[in-house]
Amino acid sequence: MIKIEKRNDVPMVLYFFTPFIAIILTILGGGIIFYILGFNPIEALKFYFITPISNLYGFSELLLKATPLCLIAIGLSFCFKSNNWNIGAEGQLTFGAIVGGGVALLFYNQEGFYILPLVILAGAIGGMIFALIPAVLKTYFNTNEILVSLMLVYVSKLLLDYLVVGPWSNPEGFNFPETRQFNDSSRMPLLFEGLRIHAGIFLALAAVMLSWFILYKTYLGFQIKVSGLSLKTAKYAGFKGKTMILVVFMISGACAGLAGVGEITGPIGQLHRMISPDYGFTAIIVAFLGRLNPFGIIFASLVVALTYLGAETAQIFLQIPKYIGQVFQGMILFFLLASDYLLFFKVKILSLKKNELRH
Amino acid sequence: MYKNFFRYLISAIFLLGFSVNSNADFKVGFVYVGPTGDHGWTFQHHEGRNAVEAAGIKTTFVESVPEGADAERVIRQLAQSGHDLIFTTSFGYMDPTNKVAKDFPNVKFEHATGYKREHSNVSTYSARFYEGRTLLGHIAGKMTKTNTIGYIASFPIPEVIRGINAMTLAAQKVNPNIKTKIVWVFTWYDPGKEAEAAQALIDQGADVIMQHTDSTAPVQTAEKAGVWSFGQASDMQRFAPKSILTSIIDDWAPYYVERAIAARDGTWKQQDTWHGLKEGMVAMGPYNSAMGADLVKEVEQLQKDLASGKVHSFTGPIYDQKGNILVAEGKVADDGMLAGMSVYVKGVEGDIPK
Repeated sequence: MIKIEKRNDVPMVLYFFTPFIAIILTILGGGIIFYILGFNPIEALKFYFITPISNLYGFSELLLKATPLCLIAIGLSFCFKSNNWNIGAEGQLTFGAIVGGGVALLFYNQEGFYILPLVILAGAIGGMIFALIPAVLKTYFNTNEILVSLMLVYVSKLLLDYLVVGPWSNPEGFNFPETRQFNDSSRMPLLFEGLRIHAGIFLALAAVMLSWFILYKTYLGFQIKVSGLSLKTAKYAGFKGKTMILVVFMISGACAGLAGVGEITGPIGQLHRMISPDYGFTAIIVAFLGRLNPFGIIFASLVVALTYLGAETAQIFLQIPKYIGQVFQGMILFFLLASDYLLFFKVKILSLKKNELRH
Repeated sequence: MYKNFFRYLISAIFLLGFSVNSNADFKVGFVYVGPTGDHGWTFQHHEGRNAVEAAGIKTTFVESVPEGADAERVIRQLAQSGHDLIFTTSFGYMDPTNKVAKDFPNVKFEHATGYKREHSNVSTYSARFYEGRTLLGHIAGKMTKTNTIGYIASFPIPEVIRGINAMTLAAQKVNPNIKTKIVWVFTWYDPGKEAEAAQALIDQGADVIMQHTDSTAPVQTAEKAGVWSFGQASDMQRFAPKSILTSIIDDWAPYYVERAIAARDGTWKQQDTWHGLKEGMVAMGPYNSAMGADLVKEVEQLQKDLASGKVHSFTGPIYDQKGNILVAEGKVADDGMLAGMSVYVKGVEGDIPK
């Protein structure tokens, strides 16, 4: 018979250590998969995890890819810490990109230092407003925020489709579903000549510092953490639950909106239908792998970004199917959840005795 | 004078330097927008790649590359890792391709269906799919009983509108009462949406369905509903053996092999290619015997005439929906007009989404 018992004393050191165990297990699991597929596992893992970042360009691409993941995950950590399950970051990213991109298009034939800040601000506000929808519905109408935020993803994507096909499509673009190229005044400045890494990374770093400050040094952060640990305690302590829900959703939406604006004003340079390869969903893995801790999230976003780059390199050099990248992301989450489970619960295998069966 | 001299000198050095070891090191890279198993667009590009490989040239591919920020990195990685010729096989790769081409002047780039050739090492290529649509229109006009043809369209770009118009014109020629009903799905590949669109058209009385999207869902829906359909991009007969009358097949293989060999041998030049039935870039699948021997013969003759240039898909008089003349009697539309086509011809129902 198998008996599962809760552990009473879980050392916090182990709690922060399990993500590393999950990553090591993922690498081992990946090696086994590569072996089964008929590749030399060591060589395949080298192409997967080392080759992509073996030069400056590769490393800059890693940072470029990690930037939106980090930003979104930082925002999500506020929601998740306070037991608010915002699954719709992808939608908030898209809506932020729509609003920010709209401002960029408004200024397409103007120059000025003030344009980019306006675009960024518009993106953050766009994401914030879009995140307020599930938050308001949750606080005032008791709807389920998981469902609402998820369904709004499709709303925002369809809205983007409509805009780039119709009213915002490039007048000189033969009806192709894309807008004009943004003017240089609404593009993120590049940090190095010849690399795509842009000033958006500072937004992500600022978000990390700010979130650490809010979560660990302010009353709001305290409220968020207490609500996450026990809603009843939070109520008993007299915290204003509704306001807090609105605030965490707004922070989360603003971060996702910033990520969206960073993509369109950074590497993409226009609005079209494929502005995000589901960063908003992948960032959920990043948030949990980073233990909802700001600095953990930096680390986690780099690891997850590497699974994207690795999948491309592995296909270029070894023709390993690119979907292996998603398998890796899935494995990381699986091993993380599994090791968490074993961390918090004891699994006892008891030998059966006849008289015990009666109980 | 000097310029030419330098050009010859450089090409001579190239020929000397490259022809020695080019056969061993020469590599071609492919960037796909979908999975190799989509049985449509990407599948056919992958078949083309297989042909290049069979010609003894090493190739690499990366599949399912999103047309966003990731495309540039993948193209650049291929250029950096020693690929000499890179095919980017979707419209959305246009800007990234040109951007990377600027930084790798010694690597050749071939971009499918785009119109930007900003550097001398970028070529573009596409196929005259509309010639296939003309054949489909002829068949559809003869086969329909309800005089309603259902058309699932992706995006209102010239290529798609050209297909709708070519089909409608050909169908009108054999059946003046024909109506073309269109559903815009705004996607290239979404089996669920495509199936829904096919069903909606069938419910509106269409008994011939065709699509400018990539999945096999429309032909499968048509098979279930017992109406006629056509395969798109690849031979889809086995997915709907009863319903499919024929397929428009994109055959990239001859072009890919030719360009790969040219690049290897140093004779590659920038060009804008638009090949059709004549060159074999557009091919037709087997004709369904349900069409009857007479119709098959007719269509085969029309196919030959389109290939030889005796018949043109857009021969005047052609009118737009309001009755304004687009192409005068006895004239044919030139490539410039075809490339920018943005209005429906008379007989198509509805408006182009704006």
